[in-house]
Formats: sequence, C-alpha cells, structure tokens
Amino acid sequence: MNTGFKGFLAIIFVLTMSISVFAADTIKLGVAGAHSGDLASYGIPTVRAAQFVVDEYNKNGGIDGKKIELLVEDDECKPEKAVNAATKLMSQGVDAVVGHICSGATKAALSIYLSQMIPVISPSATNPALTQSGNYPNFFRTIAPDDAQARLEVDFAVDELGLKNIAVIHDKGDYGKGLAQFAKKFIEETEGVNVALFEGVTPGALDYSAIVQKIKNSNADGVIFGGYHPEASKIVTQMRKKEMDIPFISDDGVKDETFIKVAGKYAEGVYATGPKDVSSNPLAKEAEKKHMEKYGEHSGAFYLNGYAAAQAILNAIDNADSTDPQKVMQAMRTNYVETPLGKIKFDENGDAIGVGFSVYQVQDGEYVELNY
Amino acid sequence: MEYFLQLFFAGLTKGSIYALIALGYTMVYGIIQLINFAHGEIYMIGAFTALIAAGVLSVFNLPVVAIFIIVTLVAILYSSAYGYTIEKIAYKPLRNAPRLSALISAIGMSIFLQNYVLLAQTSDFLPFPSLIGQFKFMEPYNHILSSSGLVIIISTFIAMLLLSLYIKFTRMGKAMRATAQDKKMALLLGINVDRVISTTFVVGSALAALGGVLIANHIGQINFYIGFIAGIKAFTAAVLGGIGSVPGAVLGALILGWTESFSTGYISSDYQDVFAFILLVVILIFKPSGILGKKTDQKV
Repeated sequence: MNTGFKGFLAIIFVLTMSISVFAADTIKLGVAGAHSGDLASYGIPTVRAAQFVVDEYNKNGGIDGKKIELLVEDDECKPEKAVNAATKLMSQGVDAVVGHICSGATKAALSIYLSQMIPVISPSATNPALTQSGNYPNFFRTIAPDDAQARLEVDFAVDELGLKNIAVIHDKGDYGKGLAQFAKKFIEETEGVNVALFEGVTPGALDYSAIVQKIKNSNADGVIFGGYHPEASKIVTQMRKKEMDIPFISDDGVKDETFIKVAGKYAEGVYATGPKDVSSNPLAKEAEKKHMEKYGEHSGAFYLNGYAAAQAILNAIDNADSTDPQKVMQAMRTNYVETPLGKIKFDENGDAIGVGFSVYQVQDGEYVELNY
Repeated sequence: MEYFLQLFFAGLTKGSIYALIALGYTMVYGIIQLINFAHGEIYMIGAFTALIAAGVLSVFNLPVVAIFIIVTLVAILYSSAYGYTIEKIAYKPLRNAPRLSALISAIGMSIFLQNYVLLAQTSDFLPFPSLIGQFKFMEPYNHILSSSGLVIIISTFIAMLLLSLYIKFTRMGKAMRATAQDKKMALLLGINVDRVISTTFVVGSALAALGGVLIANHIGQINFYIGFIAGIKAFTAAVLGGIGSVPGAVLGALILGWTESFSTGYISSDYQDVFAFILLVVILIFKPSGILGKKTDQKV
C-alpha cells in the first residue's frame, strides 16, 4: 500500500466522519456505564432498557420524524474511563446521555458534559451531592438519593409514630454511617425532637448488651439504625429480650427476608424503608415481559430505573420539539411522564418526584408496605 | 446505680464467654507453647453442632431444658473430638519443628475449618433457637440481666470450678501441671506427655464449645465467621492475663469484657475496641508477661 493510497483513505475516513456529524438527521442518545468488568451487572440492564425504549420510539416513527440512534460507551465504573467515555460521546455529537451508573464515575463524567450542558440522566447514581450541590444543573436521576431514606425514616418516626427522643445507631460502614448522619441531621433540624444518642457499633461483635443498655439509659423512645441485617437482628433481639418495646426503624439493608428469618419473633413490628414496590405497575410488568422474551431471564439491577430514565429523556426531547439542552431540561422539569416507576417529573435539583422509598413493617413474618 | 449494674453484668456476660475460649488458648500455650489459632473455630463448630443437634431433637417432643442440656453435651463431645483430631493432624507431626511452623499450621487449620463450615453450611447468618425460656426476675432486678445472660454467667462459673478442681485434684491434672512446668522432666518421670497434650486439647475444646452454645443461644444467630473475632478477643484476654496461666486467662477475659462494656456505656461504642487494646498495650508495657503471668527467661 503506497502513501498516496493511505492518504486517500485518510481523507475518505475524515469525510465520512464529518458527513455523519453534519447530516444530523438522527437524535443521538448516549448510554454510558459499566458494561464490562466486575460491575457490568449494574450497567448492562440499563443498555437493554434503553434499547427497548429506543426501538419502541423508532417503530412509531421516531421523534418529530427523526430516528433515535443509541451510542453505547463502557466506563467500567472507573472515573478516568468515564471521562474518556464522556469525551467520546460528546465528539460524536450526542444530544442526551442515559448514565452513568456509579456515583464516582458519574461525577467525573459530568464535568465534561457540563461544558455543553448536555442533559444527563442516571438510573443508579445515589450520591446526594450530585443533585444537591447545585454544581450540575444538567443532571437528573430516576433513583432516590441516599438521604431520601433517612428523610423518610425521620419523617415517619416523627410524624407517624410521634417520637421525640431518637437514638441513632449505625455500623460504622459507608452506607450505614452515611444514612445515620443524614438521619441525625434531619432530626436536629426538626423542632422539638432530639437525638438521644448517636453511636457506631462494631459489626460482628459477640454481644450488644452494653449498647442496648445505653439506648435504654438515654431514655430514647425509638431507634433509627443504619446498617445491615446481621447487626440489626442482634440489636433488636437483645432489646426485645430486655423488654424494650420502643420502635426500631431501619433501612433497605435490613429490609431483607434474612432479617426476619434470623430475628424470628423479635422481628415483629420492626420498620424498614425500601424502594417502592412497583411490581403491580402495568408498565413495569410490560418492561419485564419484554426482557424475558428477548433475553430469557429476569432483568437485573436498575433495569426499571434505566427504562424510566430513557423514557423521561426522550419524552422531554419530544415535548421540547428540540434537542436544545435548555429546552429539554425545562421539559424534564415541567412534564410528567408515565414510567415503570410510576408517574414522574423532576425537581429543581434534578431528583425525580414520585420515585422513592416506602416504609415497610414486619407483620406476621413478612414485610408489609405501609401507606405512608 | 442501676445503669452501672447493667453494664457490669453486660461486661460479665461477655467476659465469661471470652474466658471460656481464653482457657483453651492459655492451657495449650502452657503445655506446648503453641498459639492454637484454630481454637476460635472450635467455638464456632460448637455453635453449629448445637444448631444441628437442636434441629434433630426438635422432631421429638422434649422439654426445652432437656433439649438445651442434650444439645450442649453433643456440642461439647463433637467439638472435643475436633480438638483432639486437630492436634493429631496439624500439631503433633510438627512438635519438634520450629515453633513458627506449628503457628502457620494453626492459621492454616483455622482457615480450613472456616471454609469447611462455609461450604457445608452457608455464609448466611442462621437463626439459633432460643433454648432458655425468658424467666422473670424480681423487680427492680428485672432489667439488669437477661435470663440467657444469667445462664452464661452461672454455666461459666460452674465450668471454671470444675476445671480448677480437675487440675488440682486428679492425676491427669497433676500430670498437666508437671508437663507445663518441664516437659522433658515429666517425660523422664514416666508421664505420658502425648496423652497430657491430647487431654489439654480436649478440655480446651470442650470449654470453647460450651461458650459457642451459650453465646448462640444468647444472641440467637450464628455464621461461619463468628469464631474469628471471638478467637482474637479471647486470645487478647489470655495475653492480658498472662498466657499460660489459667486464673490469668479468666481475669484477663473479665477485665476485657468490662472494659468494652463500660467504655461503651460511659464513653462511646465507636471506640470500644480501641479502649480494649489501649488497655492491653498499657498492661503489657508495665508487665510484659501479663497480669498473672510468671516472668520466665526465654531462650531465643
């Protein structure tokens, strides 16, 4: 192959690239997240969900006569790869992005999208600061942030159960302690309610009698626990054995069948927050059915959140009649959209209104969703 | 005052369990200068044996107290057999090897047993049935101590009493003391040192298994990993009290239990382990052999 021919190829190559950019008769939807590596199981369901939604739109003639093109980029949940993926999607002229999957990677990628205000909607990044810091006006998500659970726990404890003096206990882990710190903050912000105790226990310790006594001595009228079920079941068991019948409220690390199995009769009456049960939503059923038909298996993590994210962003583009970022973002905030997670729109920060957690209570050996 | 008593008994309960396990460490160390790191796993196996035995027994219509006693005996027998076998497989062939080899063998044994139980059972926490009914104490003592806590304290006390009588008055006890003092001399005097060592492992394992059953009943759940943390704590207690000394192990265990309980109660549970280990370091600085440990000249 001589140099001239190579040069010719290069020119052809560049021309083809530029043609596909300039002839923008499609709407380009990026999907970024972990599609390989050990966290791939978190990212792949979103790609599948986005594909279903895009196929559905294209079958009906696209948006305003334009077909939708899906651009998939892998970031392995690594911040540095997420930056590359974001850069690549931008250079391909992407109009909106569904992703990224992990909070750290999402944060890194957002700094790239921000330069052109590309709307980004994540199905799974729960870090509260992503929306609440106000640094990323182009960011939305279809999953409730970590602090939403703590908010719900505190509201439930104060408004529904009428607690005044709450002990906040955690397992010192990132998840449990994070939730407990939010719970503490929300309790302190509430008039007339006190944090009776704020302490971490050592996971796996032999016995929690001393901390249970301390809760009792603090005259707490309820306990909020941040952490997972092994510690929760030990603490509840020891509390109940000492005839402390004050409410015990925990999180989705405890809303687990194993908790009831292990704590047995002592689990009765325990409250735990967990994602809203959407299994009766017809759209969720339909999305699940599609997945089952195409892939022959149940969908994985964040599949429905990814589905809702793709629907929300395409619906906004449709309503805005434009891919202009400002108009799309405005549409995200003003128009409700029917999704498998329910009817949602987005608040000023970018968090979905209508998506979130419910309070469950153990009744007769199973978790029952409460109407709160 | 009530709060103090509650914490005192919480510490005593925890300390009793540490003591039951620590005795195995200290006795084995006293006789063959080996830190038996697989000892925590014996405690865990004791709890699992009890769970399985309780499951089998639940078929028959026995009173709960009878189930508790049978289950405890089964766990003690089974775990003792484990202790005996571990010594034969992992330590006896290495008796004349450098001490480090036996230590590595012990760590290997510990990991092996953990994984064995993990594969044979599950990694999940399993519920352990409450075998001791919830009896009520007189007011105002009702909330100071739970019934399963009381059973732990009493059982430990009886076990300690029997152990000290055994060491003091039986022929085997005498042989143990002689072997601990000077293995070579004991051998020359016609003591069957192999049998003494085996017996030490069996007795230590029986105590650890008792601890396992009691704690499983107290907190109501077990998994394959419980032996590791309990073992580390009990080992700390043995060192604190002076490793090789039987009363030292008990004292060290109780001090450790109370330190954890009172530091949780009066300061913060965030730093419970920190206080426990600060105490250990402070004691070892002023008395390197432990509280009741004898100062011996070590050949290096």
